[in-house]
Amino acid sequence: MSEPILSLTNVSMRFTKSLDAAEKIANLIGAGLEEVTVHAVDNVSLDIEKGEVVGLVGESGCGKSTLGRVVAGIYQPSEGEVFFRGKRFTEMSDAERRDAALKVQMIFQDPMSALNPRMRVSEIVGEAPAYHNIIPRAELSDALDALMMRVGLDPAYKKRYPHQFSGGQRQRINIARALAVEPDFLVCDESVAALDVSIQAQIINLFMQLREDLDLTYLFISHDLGVVEHISDRVVIMYLGRIVEIASTETLFETPNHPYTQALLAEVPRLDQRKRTFAAIKGEIPSPIHPPSGCHFHPRCPHAFDRCREERPLLRQVEPGHMAACHLNEAPRGKALDGLAA
Amino acid sequence: MTVGRAVTPVLEVSDLRTHFLTRGGVVPAVDGVSFTVNRGEVLGIVGESGSGKSVTGFSIMGLVDPPGQIVSGSIKLNGMELVGMSERAFRDIRGRKLMIIFQDPMMTLNPVLRVDTQMIEAVTAHEKVSRKAARARAVDALKAVGIPSPEERLTAYPHQFSGGMRQRVAIATALLNRPDLIVADEPTTALDVTIQAQILFEVQKLAAETGTALIWISHDLTVVSGLADRVAVMYAGKIVEMGGTDTVLDDARHPYTVGLIGSVPSHNKRGEPLKQIPGMTPSLADLPPGCAFAPRCPRADRTCRTMPELLPVNGALARCHHPHLPAEAAA
Repeated sequence: MSEPILSLTNVSMRFTKSLDAAEKIANLIGAGLEEVTVHAVDNVSLDIEKGEVVGLVGESGCGKSTLGRVVAGIYQPSEGEVFFRGKRFTEMSDAERRDAALKVQMIFQDPMSALNPRMRVSEIVGEAPAYHNIIPRAELSDALDALMMRVGLDPAYKKRYPHQFSGGQRQRINIARALAVEPDFLVCDESVAALDVSIQAQIINLFMQLREDLDLTYLFISHDLGVVEHISDRVVIMYLGRIVEIASTETLFETPNHPYTQALLAEVPRLDQRKRTFAAIKGEIPSPIHPPSGCHFHPRCPHAFDRCREERPLLRQVEPGHMAACHLNEAPRGKALDGLAA
Repeated sequence: MTVGRAVTPVLEVSDLRTHFLTRGGVVPAVDGVSFTVNRGEVLGIVGESGSGKSVTGFSIMGLVDPPGQIVSGSIKLNGMELVGMSERAFRDIRGRKLMIIFQDPMMTLNPVLRVDTQMIEAVTAHEKVSRKAARARAVDALKAVGIPSPEERLTAYPHQFSGGMRQRVAIATALLNRPDLIVADEPTTALDVTIQAQILFEVQKLAAETGTALIWISHDLTVVSGLADRVAVMYAGKIVEMGGTDTVLDDARHPYTVGLIGSVPSHNKRGEPLKQIPGMTPSLADLPPGCAFAPRCPRADRTCRTMPELLPVNGALARCHHPHLPAEAAA
């Protein structure tokens, strides 16, 4: 068993909206206002092996982007530890931390807002490797050409500005910028969601090609199960800040365990399903400010029973490599699930 | 489904051309589009950005603003010509017989008015009914789209609803006057999968129950495949393939449709590279002569320099000199 390239242990991320001056004054006369805290990520542990593509799936507000930002080192977690190559982020020296941060790069959803509109492609891509002395300045121009070729852009365009490119090309510039610092790990946050279908296919193929060429590890965040299924080795499902299921892609799509995963899979529109009857799971995604007690999914779950309302289910192994957080899996309730599913 | 006498379609679009007359030249956003929609039918219009799918929808609704202009063609709603109709006459039809649902529900809803104010206004603007009756109709419409406790929710403001609920309110508003046709322009694109499924469920039920015809515009082939009776695929302002959903998706004729289907990640080719369409969508202001898809097409040759017609091929319509034929799939 090789050491994971990146691991998260009991990571939580909370955002607190503190009281403003007016609210503090209101409290002095007894308004009783409290600070609002959102548990964007709630006690999450995850190991990512070298060379693996982990798909992170969830609906809006489930904390998948926040988790991605913790992994990429943009956010410091409120609780828990992030390990890179077995070393705690918080125990690294400044130089080590900077190197580790460079090894994890992030690619965002909107390719235009991630690029400075007033910089040329050569500056956007070349700035970081020059500053960090990764590429000697004398070789920078050749390295830029090679990078642009690698992501499928014509090096003749390197003096152009971002607005002169199409959406797919802009995403290629973002990828070139991330690759310029020679990362080992890419966090892709909905990186193909804003692209047209035919362009999306081109970028997905590019990601897969780069993985082979450069031996990259990916955390691929998406709400699109079709894309995740295509690209990932392992899939993580999140719901309201918690991981509810982790499994290899095949296992997850063939034998999903958690009722939320099952519902999600049932509702993915597929090309081979015609004139289907859409049977929706009930209810909305609850607010992460006041999440439901116990299992967060219980108000929408068709199998919920008393225990689900009171106790948070822990992520437990269902079979080797397949983890799920659901009370139904525990004996003797496991049998109840079979009965319900039938 | 009643088949027997020839049914007059709810909507008949023939040779519609909507061009944008810009300083940089004429942009033919919609260039010779013809189709019909029958009562209770769902027509899916699929295309990528810049294909003209939304402008087609806006043209039907009479919502094309300058520099855009319908330069020729005809749009008939129940036999009534809409092109060239006065804005005053159109206002009576839009909102009563024709409705549109936008991608962003906040385009339909006024953020500073309560939902009841807006929905009652939508009824009383077109019919002489009491506020009480209009309100009752609003409650029914909200109930029909699955909003719990509609009486209470009516007094809320749009910002108090979640994205999915707002889209339901927009759909409920579209249903108020029992329109003949609803144009839905990517209404579920911004929503989560579970919420999208709920909306699709409601829409499907309503189209079947009320007989309202529906044009569902989307870039997402998978959503259209689950919902539509017929599909029209658009590319660079023209319909390149049109027919029954099954026949278009199972035996795609046009190389662009084949490419689009190949680009959808699916079960049976996990891990393999997706079949990508090379290049990108052309600029409409600077289209190549002949077939606009030719520069990206693996089958293109010299004949593609002339524009192919939309002709019957193997049970559907395709605009291609070298369409895929069933014999090839077998080979």
